[in-house]
Amino acid sequence: MTDTHRYDAIVIGGGHNGLINGSYLAKAGLKTLILEQRHLVGGAAITEELYPGFSFTTFSYALSLIRPEVIRELELVKFGFNPIYMPTAFNPMENGDYLLTGPDRDENIREIMRHSPRDADAMDRFDHDVGRVLQLMHPLFDRVPPNIFGKTAEDAEDVAWLLTHLGSAEPKVVHDAVRLITGSIADFLDDYFESEIVKGSIAAGATTGTKVGPMSAGSGLVFLMMAMGEHDGNLGSWSFHKGGNGGFTQVVAKAAQAFGAEIRLDSHVDHVITKDGQATGVVLQDGTEFFADIVVSALDPRRTFTELVNPRELPTDLVESIDRFQFNGTSAKVNFALDDAPRYPALGDRTDHYRGFVSIGPSIEYLERAYDASKYGWYSERPYLDCSLQTFMDPDMAPPGKHVMSCFVSYAPYHLKGSDWDTERQGLGDTVQATLESFFPGFGDLVLHREVVTPLDIERVVGLSEGNIYAGDFLLPQMYFFRPAPGWSQYRTPIEGYYQCGSGTHPGGCVMGAPARLASQQILKDRAAKV
Amino acid sequence: MVKCTPFHPRLSELNTTQLWQHWAGYLAATQYDIAAKHEYFAARNAVGFFDASPLYKYQISGRDAERFLAGVLARDIRTCRPGRAQYTIWCDDGGYLLEDGVVFRHSANDFLLTAAEPNLSFLQNQIGALEVSVEDVSVDSAMLAIQGPRSRALIAALTDEVSELPFFAHTQAKIAGSEVTVSRTGFTGDLGYEILIPADAALPVLDAVMAAGEPHHLRPFGDQALNILRIEAGLSLIGVEFTSSRLSFNEHDRLTPDELGFGWLLKGLEDDTRPFTGRRAILAERAAGASRWKTVGITVDGHAFDSLYFEAGLIPPKDEPPAEWETMLYDDAGEQAGYATSYTYSPMMQTQIGIARVRPELAELGRTLQVEQTVNHTYTSVPATVTRMPFYNPERKTSMP
Repeated sequence: MTDTHRYDAIVIGGGHNGLINGSYLAKAGLKTLILEQRHLVGGAAITEELYPGFSFTTFSYALSLIRPEVIRELELVKFGFNPIYMPTAFNPMENGDYLLTGPDRDENIREIMRHSPRDADAMDRFDHDVGRVLQLMHPLFDRVPPNIFGKTAEDAEDVAWLLTHLGSAEPKVVHDAVRLITGSIADFLDDYFESEIVKGSIAAGATTGTKVGPMSAGSGLVFLMMAMGEHDGNLGSWSFHKGGNGGFTQVVAKAAQAFGAEIRLDSHVDHVITKDGQATGVVLQDGTEFFADIVVSALDPRRTFTELVNPRELPTDLVESIDRFQFNGTSAKVNFALDDAPRYPALGDRTDHYRGFVSIGPSIEYLERAYDASKYGWYSERPYLDCSLQTFMDPDMAPPGKHVMSCFVSYAPYHLKGSDWDTERQGLGDTVQATLESFFPGFGDLVLHREVVTPLDIERVVGLSEGNIYAGDFLLPQMYFFRPAPGWSQYRTPIEGYYQCGSGTHPGGCVMGAPARLASQQILKDRAAKV
Repeated sequence: MVKCTPFHPRLSELNTTQLWQHWAGYLAATQYDIAAKHEYFAARNAVGFFDASPLYKYQISGRDAERFLAGVLARDIRTCRPGRAQYTIWCDDGGYLLEDGVVFRHSANDFLLTAAEPNLSFLQNQIGALEVSVEDVSVDSAMLAIQGPRSRALIAALTDEVSELPFFAHTQAKIAGSEVTVSRTGFTGDLGYEILIPADAALPVLDAVMAAGEPHHLRPFGDQALNILRIEAGLSLIGVEFTSSRLSFNEHDRLTPDELGFGWLLKGLEDDTRPFTGRRAILAERAAGASRWKTVGITVDGHAFDSLYFEAGLIPPKDEPPAEWETMLYDDAGEQAGYATSYTYSPMMQTQIGIARVRPELAELGRTLQVEQTVNHTYTSVPATVTRMPFYNPERKTSMP
């Protein structure tokens, strides 16, 4: 063993969580090595020039739930953090009309009144009630979940904190929280709104990335997770990073290196080396070994517990929990290079509605029917599309006058019945393009290049099991102190020195950084206790 | 009645919000479009334009023009070669600041001075026996600021003269058939240019700029976006950071260049060959260590800010427009440490920042001060760090292509 291969900590996976975790460890003075299997860091948060002059956010496309704490504590501003404001939300309708909202509350009310005068005054109540629930959930997001099965004094203290926190909230707020966490977004929205487009515009996000429809119990939870995103303190507001999410992970990589972490690319970890129930290092697929007493997996729970280590070394209960853990990738991406901005007939030559997300999900029924297909092992005939023409926020993404358009596609289940994704790739691309054509006539003529990313591609390229963008579905039995398994939600594993910090841990997926941050706190606490 | 700048016919079409304010007697857009922050990002991410026409402009020419300005301006004009411009200030004989502006040197004997307030009689009264003329040319030309990382590419599409233009240099150029002056100057702290255009050519030039800007996502920005931009750039504004000493009622309103952080403009102060107005008083202030304040940046501790509001049961009010009032600062003992004259949320710095005046002994970088906040109708405070300005200072601001 040479000294050059010995570290204090090794992080497996150079996605945003691996980079953030490695940054925290390096900042705390640990000699840290981050290993990335690909030729670039970022994991699913990358930007690639897949067509000359056009930068694609191949997978993940927006700074969704990035925690302000991560930005501050890792001094990301110093390293070039540059979130871009997205002022509009555009929701086309099948009858050619639309809902276009922005930052001006009163203009939004007038816009909603075109669709339903009754819904005009409902929006404030809805926003306020959801805001109260988010306030309640906020502290849970930025803390290690309590171990409700633990027996130590510290566990008892954590549980007491949680009970006190929930107990001190207003009953209505707790009740709304429970209704959202356990119920469907469709039911919740019915309490406020009657307009299909208003409901569709809100419900669409509630189906993102998870195998639920807006009428499914559990879609309220996904809605709540998405609404935890904030931009400049505005809850529920997402932003776009300069240069796409690849621009963001490059910033984190710079921070990691500035704190002293070493990033090694093209380093596919084969497995974690363990000795007497203790992690001692990792072996790459090419046989290279690196040694450290702390090994952190930023990969998803399936890879963390059943591939990187030998499941036979783990408690049976845990292995069974991980086997049961639902991945169910249901999302795909179709990215377009466009010759010009698409035109929406009702808006003529206007393009100012592209300064934020364009959501194709005009009603609860549209979304639920899109979901139906996935239950039976097929992709939606009319999918829900969450699109952004990122060039409208950042002209550096494409040549002048041209555009890149990122389309998140739901539903595209990982498991297809009677076919496979290599066969269906272009079929999915055609379906998405036909859907866009139906809203934006002439869309097809603008397409210079099309990149279809199926759930299988996500799994193959990024390594996310079954292409699940959250490294595990957002389902209640897989959240908080159950994520990824009962008793193992505090970033530790049964193997001493082996930790988890990926999106499969609390609070979950999205470009959030919270799992990595909380894991680093746990690792450093354990390390301090040992010394 | 309020006047309209030569760009107004076009700007009034562009201003979809119809939010206007009055600036130096002219109608000026507060905000053109959906959100001031969106306009702000034009200048940080792409390119934006701002109508700076209401500035006062004085042509100063004649055999003694340099000698005249060397005596009036506190910054040594002799170091400004033709084709260059200087940010500058002028003081009264007590060494207090009167005003600031930008002076462009066109030739050995020909200068143009821009200012936010009228100065014609002030300037003319100091000519004495010198052979120099000062002429108000304010309404002869319109001024268009084109700011942001794409500004160079935009202007390069209109004229060849500017791509090699260094920071604070200017040149004559032809845009849309008109002779204009393009300078690499601005009030945003980013890569940017300002174009001085004969008033009657303002609209054709603006139209050419807008056409050339389309592929670069050019959009107009109003006063609110400019205010955030200039605070991030650490740039002082008359009426906000300072009042002209001539119009001050007492010593609290009066400030010296050193107190305002303008000490860097006074290079060569010891040089006796340039007896500019206020020099002796400034030398005396320095000799006696009599400065009452230092101007610093303050950066609020974002975590403490968030916690303060969350614990009070509120959602932290980030992302508010710049405060229109002074914000008080306190030291550890609870004594007043100073006050922030500008205070805003910074989208680039991701926290509240301010331009502040503090007691000199509290001005060292990294010191923690308390910034007054009102939470639940009660005065409280959050910690902030004394920071070097500009807060945001991209390399492209001064770099060459």
